[in-house]
Amino acid sequence: MRRQEAGTAGQALDVAVPRPVEGVLAINRGLARFRDLGLVVAIAAVAAVTAVRSPQFATAANLQRIMLDISLLLLVATGQTMVVLTRNIDLSVGSVLGLSGIVIGFMLKDHPTMAVPFILALGAGLGLLLGAINGALVSWGRVPAVIATLGTLTVYRGLVFIHSGGQQVNPQDVPRQLLQVARPGGLGLPPMVLMALIVAVAGWVVLRYTRTGRAMYAIGSNPDAARMRGLQAGRIIFLTYLISGALAGVAGVLYAARFATVNPASAGTGFELQVIAATVIGGTSIMGGRGGIPGTILGALLLGTIANALAVSGVSGFWQRAVEGAVILAAVAVDAVIRRQAVRGVGRRA
Amino acid sequence: MLKERLRELVQHNGYELLLVLLLAASMAFSASLSPYFLTVTTLFDMTSQFMEIGLMALAMTLVIILGQIDLSVASILALVGVVFGLMNERGISLGVAIPAVLALATVLGLINGWLAVLFRLPALVVTLGTMALYRGVGQILLGDRSTYGFPAWFVSIDFRYIPGTPVPLPLVIFAAFAVVFYFLLHRTTLGRLVYAVGNNAEACRFSGIAVDRLQVMVFGLSGLMAGTAGLMMTSRFASARWDMANGLELDVITTVVLGGTSIFGGRGTIVGTVLALFVIGTLRYGMGLANVLPQNQSVVIGVLLILAIFVPEAWRAWRARPRRTARRGGEAPAQVAGGKAG
Repeated sequence: MRRQEAGTAGQALDVAVPRPVEGVLAINRGLARFRDLGLVVAIAAVAAVTAVRSPQFATAANLQRIMLDISLLLLVATGQTMVVLTRNIDLSVGSVLGLSGIVIGFMLKDHPTMAVPFILALGAGLGLLLGAINGALVSWGRVPAVIATLGTLTVYRGLVFIHSGGQQVNPQDVPRQLLQVARPGGLGLPPMVLMALIVAVAGWVVLRYTRTGRAMYAIGSNPDAARMRGLQAGRIIFLTYLISGALAGVAGVLYAARFATVNPASAGTGFELQVIAATVIGGTSIMGGRGGIPGTILGALLLGTIANALAVSGVSGFWQRAVEGAVILAAVAVDAVIRRQAVRGVGRRA
Repeated sequence: MLKERLRELVQHNGYELLLVLLLAASMAFSASLSPYFLTVTTLFDMTSQFMEIGLMALAMTLVIILGQIDLSVASILALVGVVFGLMNERGISLGVAIPAVLALATVLGLINGWLAVLFRLPALVVTLGTMALYRGVGQILLGDRSTYGFPAWFVSIDFRYIPGTPVPLPLVIFAAFAVVFYFLLHRTTLGRLVYAVGNNAEACRFSGIAVDRLQVMVFGLSGLMAGTAGLMMTSRFASARWDMANGLELDVITTVVLGGTSIFGGRGTIVGTVLALFVIGTLRYGMGLANVLPQNQSVVIGVLLILAIFVPEAWRAWRARPRRTARRGGEAPAQVAGGKAG
C-alpha cells in the first residue's frame, strides 16, 4: 500500500519536474568545470605576471616554498570542505592547529626520538578529540555550528596559552627527523606536500564515490529530505568534524616541521579564515551541498600563489590582507553572477 | 495575584532573568576576589573597557535577528581609526573629520549589505571578505606604525565624567544609544520588520516588504556603530593602528548570542544584549583583578557562550522528550541537527 503510494508520487514527480531539475544539475556540472577553468587561468595569470616581473619567483626554492605553504592550507581545507558541504562550518581549525603544535612540540622536548608517523598520529589523535567535541556540540548538543566552533576557537586558543605558559617551541626542540618532513624527499617533493596531496585525493574519492561522501552532499543540499531518506545526519556531521579536527591536528605537527617554531600567539591564529577562503573561492557553497575538493585545491593554490607573488615582487606585505579580501569577494561574486545567468538561461529554454 | 504576575514575568523573561542572576553571580565573584571591586568608582570606571563592544553589539543584535551576521565590524572600527588619525595628521579639523569618518563607516556597512543583496550571498561570506579587505586597506594606508597627536579635548574620553558624578562619558554614550536601539527595535515598524524578516524572509518578500532595502539599512547601521566605536577607542588609546580591535568581532557576536538572540534570526532583545555585555564585562574585569591572563579569560567566555546555547536547548529538549504514554501512534519529534546562520 505504502510502496504503491510512493511509486505514484515518484511518477508524478517524474512527470512534473524532470527538465528544470536535469537542467540545473547539468548547469552545476558545467559551471563547476567552467569556474575551475577560471581559477586555473587566474593562477596562471598571477604566476606569469610575477615570473616576468621578478626573477626569483620561478626558482625551484621558491616554488617549493609555495608548495609547503599550500600543503598546510590544503590539508585543513580538505576537512573544512566536508564540513561546509553539510551546511556547517568549523571556525576552530586555527586553534586546533595551534594547540596540536604546542602540545606535540612540548612533548618532543622530552621525547626527541619519536618516529615521525607516531608524532603525526599523536597530532591526529589530539585533533580527533578536539573535533569530537565540536561534532558532539553541533550534532547532539544542537548548538549552531557558527556558535559552537566560535566558542571552541576561543577555548582551544586559551588552552594553547595555558599549556605553553607563554613559552614557544624553539627550533632546537624540534627533532631532525620531523624537520625532514618539510625537506625535499622522494620524487623531489617534501613528504609534507605528498601527504597533503594524498589526503586531498582521498577526500575527493570519499566525497565523490562513497555512500558517506554522497550523504554529506545530500545533507547540505536538503537536510530535511536527507533525513526523511533515512540518512543519519547527526552521525555524518559528527564524522566531518572528526575529519576536520584530525587534519588540523596533523597540520599542527607539520607546522612545527615547516617553521621549526611554534608560537602560542601566532601559530594558526586567523588560519581558519584562510582555510574558509580557500574553500569558498574553490566554489564550495557556504550554504552546503555544492562544491568539492578539486575546487578547494585550486582555491588553496590561488591564495598561496598570490601571497607568494606579493612577497617576491616586492609589493609591501601590507597589501596581502586587502588583496585576499578582494579575491574572496571577487570569487564569490563572479560565481553568483554566472550562476544566476545560467539558471535564467534554463528558465528560458524550459 | 502577585504569584501569577511573578510566574508571568518568569515565563516571558526567563532568559533575561537568568542573565540578571549571572550578572549578580559574576559581581559576587569579582567582589570576593578584590575588596576594591565593589566601590562606586571601580564599578563605573570598569565599564569604559567594554563600551566599544557594546556599541557594536547593539547594531549586531539587529543584524543577527535579521538572520545575518557581520564579521567586518572590528575591521571597520580599525579602518575608521586609521583614516581619522591620518586626517588629523594632515591637519584637517576634527569637526570635519568626525562626521567624515562616520559617513565612511556607514558606507562600508552599506557596501556589506549591498553586496549581499546584489549577489544573493549570505552575509557571512561577504563580510568574511570585507573583514580582510577593510582591515587590509587600513594596513596599506598606515603601514606598521601608529598615528597619534590628537588634540587634548578629543583624547581620554574614559577619564571624562558627567560633572559631579562618577559616571564616565563612554557609559553615557552607550546608554543613549541603547535607549535609541531599544525604541528602534521594540517600538517602531522598522523593528517589527526586522523580526518579521528574520523569521521568514520569503513570506516577507511575498508580502511586499522591501526585504533587501531593510537588510542594506541594517548593515549600514552596523557600520555606523562600528565607526562610533572606532572613534571611542581612538580617543581612549589616544592613538590608532591598523591592527586595533583585532578579533573583537568575536566578542561582539558572543555578547549578542549570550544575550539570547537566536543565531538563526527572528528572536532577541536589546535588554538581553545589554545584560550580556555587563555579564561578560564584569567577569573579564573580575578575572583581571584576580590576575587571570586575558587569554585564559577567553576560555571562560568561550565556555559561557557554548553553555548559554547548549543548556537552554538541552533543557527544552528534556522538557519535550517523548513520554512513554504518548509514544503510541505518534511519531518522535523531528530532530534538527546542524545548520548555521548565513
